Amino acid sequence: MAREKNEVSAARRVKHGAAWTIFFTVLSIFWILPLLIVLMNSFKRKAYIFKAPFSLSYIPLSRGFDRWAAGISKTFVGLKNYANAIQKTDFFKCFGYSIFITVVSVLLIVLFCSMTAWYVVRVKSVLSTTIYVLCMFSMIVPFQMVMFTLSKFANILHLSNPVGITIVYLGFGAGLAVFMFTGFVKEIPIELEEAACIDGCTPVQCFFRVIMPVMKPEIITVSILDAMWIWNDFLLPYLVLDIKKYRTIPIAVQFLKQSHGQIDWGAMMAVLVLAIIPIVIFYMAVQKYIIEGVVAGAVKG
Amino acid sequence: MSKTTKKYWPLFVLPTFAAFIIGFIVPFVYGIFLSFCKFTTVTDWKWTGLQNYTKIFYVNGKLDTTFLHSIWYTCLFTAVTVIIINVVAFLIAMALTRGIRGTNFFRTAFFLPNLIGGIVLSYVWLMIFNAILDDYSKTIVSTQWSAFWGLVIVVCWQQIGYMMIIYIAGIQNVPSDLIEAAKIDGANSHQIVKDVILPQLRPTITICTFLTLTNGFKLFDQNLALTNGNPGKMSQLLALNIYDTMYGTTGWQGVGQAKAVLFFIMVAVIALVQNKLTTQKEEVA
Repeated sequence: MAREKNEVSAARRVKHGAAWTIFFTVLSIFWILPLLIVLMNSFKRKAYIFKAPFSLSYIPLSRGFDRWAAGISKTFVGLKNYANAIQKTDFFKCFGYSIFITVVSVLLIVLFCSMTAWYVVRVKSVLSTTIYVLCMFSMIVPFQMVMFTLSKFANILHLSNPVGITIVYLGFGAGLAVFMFTGFVKEIPIELEEAACIDGCTPVQCFFRVIMPVMKPEIITVSILDAMWIWNDFLLPYLVLDIKKYRTIPIAVQFLKQSHGQIDWGAMMAVLVLAIIPIVIFYMAVQKYIIEGVVAGAVKG
Repeated sequence: MSKTTKKYWPLFVLPTFAAFIIGFIVPFVYGIFLSFCKFTTVTDWKWTGLQNYTKIFYVNGKLDTTFLHSIWYTCLFTAVTVIIINVVAFLIAMALTRGIRGTNFFRTAFFLPNLIGGIVLSYVWLMIFNAILDDYSKTIVSTQWSAFWGLVIVVCWQQIGYMMIIYIAGIQNVPSDLIEAAKIDGANSHQIVKDVILPQLRPTITICTFLTLTNGFKLFDQNLALTNGNPGKMSQLLALNIYDTMYGTTGWQGVGQAKAVLFFIMVAVIALVQNKLTTQKEEVA
């Protein structure tokens, strides 16, 4: 970004800055309030979640502050919902599958699609053109179009497990990734590679030593976008995986409802918090890259 | 250079292409084929021609409006969310590019819901909605309109932050000398927005509009988790309607696949219009 974020042109610098800060502070708190309410309710006794969803105590404040305050300790059950939720969903196993599937799929997509993109740009052939056109085309096809056949084929090819599904993700994610990488490779000056070539590099060495380092920003962008997609994806793993054995976090959350008909809201609150915590941590750690990735992805995609 | 590289296609191209064939090409082509067949799995198909397509609209000689209902329900939903998301995201982005203290924190907060997946988000809101509606002995799926607005709130809450980020980037790219010049020429802040910033933002607006448009059209997770199509099938958006047809009743897989083909055509038309608009813009610029 050419300009510093803080540097705002004088013509647009806001008046009444303090008032705006207060306004947006209130608005942001309201914005994340649903998450805070879920956090609070995740520690409550199941029966009181719907009796007093927005209060610390199940006794209404209208009956006097003392009685309200006395009710607080009875309203909360500590970590009981969490123990229940972890046991019901086998949460840590699901978490492990989610991590594994996301990380491996993203690595495969980034590695193979950047290689393919470079080849497609540098080698003019029927194969290159075909791949590029097909990748563009695949981006406009909604998942519902292929969900039935894809899940059946994955089953026939024994891809219904956490390892196999990464290949499905590589195939289904290739369109956007190849498209974005080609856009970037086109901007790399060919002289850069030719210089390496004269030094006697094979194309493989050339790609990994010269091209890949240059593509780092784009690789981060694609990684972020695909990680967000795969981590939160529900329908594809739900249909492709053998869900009796393997569940990702979104599937586990959805199953908490399905398997009992009535939702166990205590366990549900806890599992929602458990599902959100890793995302918040990840967001705080790499916020800068996420924001840049979103912008780059929107402009190129 | 290019000739030596060409020989390396099994390494550079084959892994992606093989996965692409398994993950996309074969399912896509076979999916189109199966839309003309009666089947319960991929091997027991029987050619039935256009029967699946007519069965979308006519069942036993009677008009079935479920699919038509979900088409206009989806269109309405998409129109409402596109407008709300883009207007609100733009307004927030305008405010958050004016040097307000705490801007970084506000951006972080607004963007956060976007990282949480549709299923998890929907259960967060299902709890909130039903807790509020509990006092009136109602739930979010009491009517198709409460379901509608419930979905609108969830989706807006999720996507406003995302679009805000894109708008912020767009606004920051408006050359500041343009704004200064307008100011010197005596433009008021309303005119600066209308005559300087908005025209400069046209590519950004196009991108955000189409992102929200396709997101709305293809919405599935939130629909499944928040309303599951209830009451009846009245709050089924297209993607859920297709899913329900395909997996809800045996013997209807073919009809579901045929619906999916129609769905694909609708999404493709939107994408082509977008492509046309964006390339035009680039030529002008």
